[in-house]
Amino acid sequence: MNGESFLFTVFALATCLGAIAVVFSQTVVRMAFWLVISLGSTAALFFLAKADFVGAAQLLIYVGGTLVLLVFGVMLTASGPYLKIITSPGEIIMGSCVGLLFLFVVFASLDGVKWREPSVAAMATGNPVVATGNTLRPIGLSFLGSRPDQDLISDGDDLTPGYLLPFEIVSVHLLVVLIGAAYLARAKRRPVGSG
Amino acid sequence: MTADLNSYLFVGAVLFVCGVVCMATKRNGIGVLMGVELVLNGANVNFVAFARYTDLGLDGQVFSLFVIVLAAAEAAVALAIALNFYNNHLTIDVDRANKLKG
Amino acid sequence: MMFAAQSIADFFQGFGGWQYVIAAVIHAVLLVHVFAVSPFAFIWLERKVSGRIQDRLGPTRVGGLFGWLQSLADGIKLVQKEDLCPTAADSMLFRSAPYIVCVSSFAAFMVLPFSHGWVAVAADCGLFIILAILSLEVFGIIMAGYSSGSKWSLFGGMREAAQMVSYEIPLAICALVPVIAAGSLNLGEVGGMQRGWFTNWFLFHDPFTFIAFFVYFVVATASCKRAPFDLAEAESELVGGFHTEYSGMRWSFFFMGEYASMFAVCAIASVLFLGGWNTGLAPIDDALYAARHASLDGTSSAAAMGYLANVIGAGVFAAKASFGVFVQVWLRWTLPRLRIDQVMTTCLKYLVPISCFLFLGATLWPLILVTGMGRTTWTSPIGDRAAEGLQETRDGSAEVSAVTVPSIEIGLLVPAASSLDLEGDVQ
Repeated sequence: MNGESFLFTVFALATCLGAIAVVFSQTVVRMAFWLVISLGSTAALFFLAKADFVGAAQLLIYVGGTLVLLVFGVMLTASGPYLKIITSPGEIIMGSCVGLLFLFVVFASLDGVKWREPSVAAMATGNPVVATGNTLRPIGLSFLGSRPDQDLISDGDDLTPGYLLPFEIVSVHLLVVLIGAAYLARAKRRPVGSG
Repeated sequence: MTADLNSYLFVGAVLFVCGVVCMATKRNGIGVLMGVELVLNGANVNFVAFARYTDLGLDGQVFSLFVIVLAAAEAAVALAIALNFYNNHLTIDVDRANKLKG
Repeated sequence: MMFAAQSIADFFQGFGGWQYVIAAVIHAVLLVHVFAVSPFAFIWLERKVSGRIQDRLGPTRVGGLFGWLQSLADGIKLVQKEDLCPTAADSMLFRSAPYIVCVSSFAAFMVLPFSHGWVAVAADCGLFIILAILSLEVFGIIMAGYSSGSKWSLFGGMREAAQMVSYEIPLAICALVPVIAAGSLNLGEVGGMQRGWFTNWFLFHDPFTFIAFFVYFVVATASCKRAPFDLAEAESELVGGFHTEYSGMRWSFFFMGEYASMFAVCAIASVLFLGGWNTGLAPIDDALYAARHASLDGTSSAAAMGYLANVIGAGVFAAKASFGVFVQVWLRWTLPRLRIDQVMTTCLKYLVPISCFLFLGATLWPLILVTGMGRTTWTSPIGDRAAEGLQETRDGSAEVSAVTVPSIEIGLLVPAASSLDLEGDVQ
């Protein structure tokens, strides 16, 4: 077993066990804790898969931003210490059975897939740009509309289009979300009992 | 367990299924939100794995970046909705959101 | 760590393939010990400085004249204390929170370049990674505050969450201002570009980076929750805030984490603005640069010289960062604590707009200079320095000059090439 496989096994186990613990924890802050373990290990998997920028974005936006926001939400919506809204055991058992079946179906279909031949050949080396792991600049260029990773390996004269338009749409979308969320979350508490 | 395409896909599948079960069984609104995050991460693992182990190039990584950004936006809006719900009902139990039930 | 590993590896030639492993292990152990010892030094510094500022002597007895072993004595005392967990606490979260804080602060050192090539992970998006890792610390503190089962701790955790979520924004934007000037997020490259006289430091690159440095330092102080922004602990109102319920080693983990993250943010400031491992005096820098270059020839004496040059660089780097920590300590003991609403106002109404203005200004500055003076910088062009650094990084051969870099060929993939092109067109 080489180093990469060892690290992969460790982080994959942490990811999966964290996710399972999220399902079976009852207090919401413990769920958040396990979610941090799971998502942090996912970021480590991204680093292993030579996606440095995505892994760092995962850590910064998900774990450092979104989850802190979620815990903040937990604190704002807790009516007592260690808020517990218990799911009944029957529902958990039923949910896990359905989940296991679903997992089995997904695993079986994954096992059965024959990836097309060029991909199998590329699996050993991967894309030359992506294989180095320093994808920061290629990603930045692809947001500006040019694709060095595709254009360098293709033989033809055609240039591959990048992601300028989706990038702009996402930035406008974020602005809209910012304003919308601020509008929705304004404090306008109604008197107790009217709701 | 070796680090190849299928291993990553299996991890993604586990994350996805856990997220779905979490969404289905949790009664806490924020717990449901965490389920959504797990599902999105399962998809992200798949994207990154395909970027690494096939000749797709950067497509997978760029897609997963979009997913992360949109997930952050989704969390902000969903949290605002949850806060609003709490302000109106003084609870975050999603089973209590049954006003429109006939 | 590449050069370091090579020069040590020269001593282990006979081990056939294992010499790199041994060299790497030696350096990793060294690095870990530097991190472990630095909080002790900074805690001693804090006690000494606070004593002097309050007209006291500070620690004088343990370990001779200046009481320099005081931190060790404190540490031994803390180890002996009972490891308490309140009955009202959620014990699993309560026990694991200090580890999250400590691990995330120390993991940030992974991408810090201590000298040329002396970095554990030389990632292209190093600055992004270090900011991401530092942002994890807040989660441990919220956990600690929430799981303690105490109202004081909960208040501390809430304040910390609100403060950190707001202060991360100007922190990242201010860190981006010198990045715009450098054209790279790779901390090693950014440091290498600032070689030569101290006017080459990005602090003096343009007026916007100059202001950005001070804004960054204020925001970094706040993001380490140091006074005057230490609302999360606030001894006088919250009895210690998020760590009210902690004792012994778990308590000290929070403090080790705090001092480590202070060092980390000051180290980022020193790489981004203050020239990193460069001394700021051109003759000395050139000599060190030449020594590093010569070390690539392969002879063991040259390798030792190169190694020595890097040790000096690491010393300069650590001195700059430690000076930043000293200033933070100085601020802590001379300024009164703000109120929480003042902290939030400072960030959201002043620091965020200021940093956005600086960001915008830094992007427009080259345009202003091009139209006004016909060049893109008023110090020596970064493009040349970047090209030299690039050569040094790429193949290390001493005689290639900056002019021969084929910028078209590397234009898409290699750092700082865009600024190279710009310089070439303008001049």
